[in-house]
Amino acid sequence: MKQACKADLPALIFLFALLLLWQAGATGMGAAYILPSPTQILVRLWELRIPLFTVHLPATMTVTAIGLAISLVLGLALAAAMDSSDLVRRMLYPVVVVSQTIPTTAIAPLFVLWFGYGIWSKVLVTVLITFFPIAITVYDGLRAANVEMTELLRTYGANRWQIVRAVKIPCALPYFFSAVKMAVPMSVIGAAIGEWLGAKSGLGYFSRRMMTQLDGAGVFAPIVLLSAAAMLAVGVVALLERKLVRWRGES
Amino acid sequence: MDTGKMTALEFESVSYRYPSEEFDIIDGLSFRVERGSFHCIVGTSGCGKSTIFRLTNGLLASKAGRILVEGAPIGGGRKQYCGYMPQKDLLLPWRTVGENVALPLEIRGGSSKAERRDRAEAALEDVGLAGCAGKMPHELSGGMRQRAAFARTMLTGSDLLLLDEPFSALDFLTRITMQEWLLDQWQRHKKTILFITHDVEEAVFLSSSVLAVADTPIRSLLEVPVPADYPRDRSCLKRPEMTDLREGLIDLLRKQVKG
Repeated sequence: MKQACKADLPALIFLFALLLLWQAGATGMGAAYILPSPTQILVRLWELRIPLFTVHLPATMTVTAIGLAISLVLGLALAAAMDSSDLVRRMLYPVVVVSQTIPTTAIAPLFVLWFGYGIWSKVLVTVLITFFPIAITVYDGLRAANVEMTELLRTYGANRWQIVRAVKIPCALPYFFSAVKMAVPMSVIGAAIGEWLGAKSGLGYFSRRMMTQLDGAGVFAPIVLLSAAAMLAVGVVALLERKLVRWRGES
Repeated sequence: MDTGKMTALEFESVSYRYPSEEFDIIDGLSFRVERGSFHCIVGTSGCGKSTIFRLTNGLLASKAGRILVEGAPIGGGRKQYCGYMPQKDLLLPWRTVGENVALPLEIRGGSSKAERRDRAEAALEDVGLAGCAGKMPHELSGGMRQRAAFARTMLTGSDLLLLDEPFSALDFLTRITMQEWLLDQWQRHKKTILFITHDVEEAVFLSSSVLAVADTPIRSLLEVPVPADYPRDRSCLKRPEMTDLREGLIDLLRKQVKG
């Protein structure tokens, strides 16, 4: 723990210096509706704690969690299908890659038209943003499974499922965790974008409402909360990874 | 090779061609290996000696001819009739050494977890790795990892062992220790061992007779008996007939490299 702090010290000092600079600049400018200072944002966060923590944070986290869960199921299923059948891979892989050139944010207003102001339009944005990195990264992980290990198991008479369990899944596990660590912040962003475009609650919606009231600090406060939530979630995933993947980097 | 004794492995005019190549790398090859013998197959790199193993263990299917193990043809879903040990130890880094060694049993099925653990521990003890079952592979040295891989190969339960340059990645001192150790294992367990190497001295020290790959494509294996009895120690390598044999084999292989 002590060592970890030492390693992060330069980053922390740099971050602190940036915040100081921001504080000085914002104070000098004195236009809090455009550029609030970090202390003003923190104060506002404290003032707004009741609606933020009881209504909007839970709303956004619900969207994030549902979206991420659907993305995981969809992404893993797609990766497994592409790995197990060459035909499926040739059918889906190019389509999946090309689908990523569609700017999700630009067509997201359509989802609001289709699914209304409820959570499903936001969930759809989240899924569209996150399922791709999960599917492609996990697929690459399954592909990267050691050929020699697979062959050795075949000489023992292993069937396909035994090879998947003994070699492919363990080989793909580090890739899976990389994918989830990428997908978690993206899903938070996806949820916020969805809410920004039209919602009844959520941190993205709240931030936008504060914008219309020219409350600069009020715009930033939910954003700070969003990043904190994303960081916390990534931290939890990293902890889980350290528990499950003890062999990363070896072999 | 005496036909009167039981044959562990037999090739009957076997041919194989890699899809990307224009010629048969193995062309009508026939040879037989009697049960309980120790043969090294020597040849230059890329000559196709590993292909012989890959055909025997079923990773490649021959184009023509038959391969018989213990008198019966391979294929048709026959399992664990030979123990194959590649150059890299290929211990799965996410499993303990014991779980790695038990892998052939796990794949065969029909054994309980406790049973597998006991057999893996016994196999590890037999190769001099008692108490290592709970360790992770990266905690073992190169020589220890190869021994664990050998224990795993033993647990396939087959009498025919195919060892493909198992010691070539080890440092010299570890390698010669492992050679002596392997001879000891072979004599105690009465297995049939085929051992691929490009190290002529290693081949001479280990084999009852050396099978030399004289040219590519492989049409035949040149059998060269080694004039020394078991048990051996390294001092036998200094005897004049052994050095002659070694030099003769080196000449044979060099001709092929030039040709």
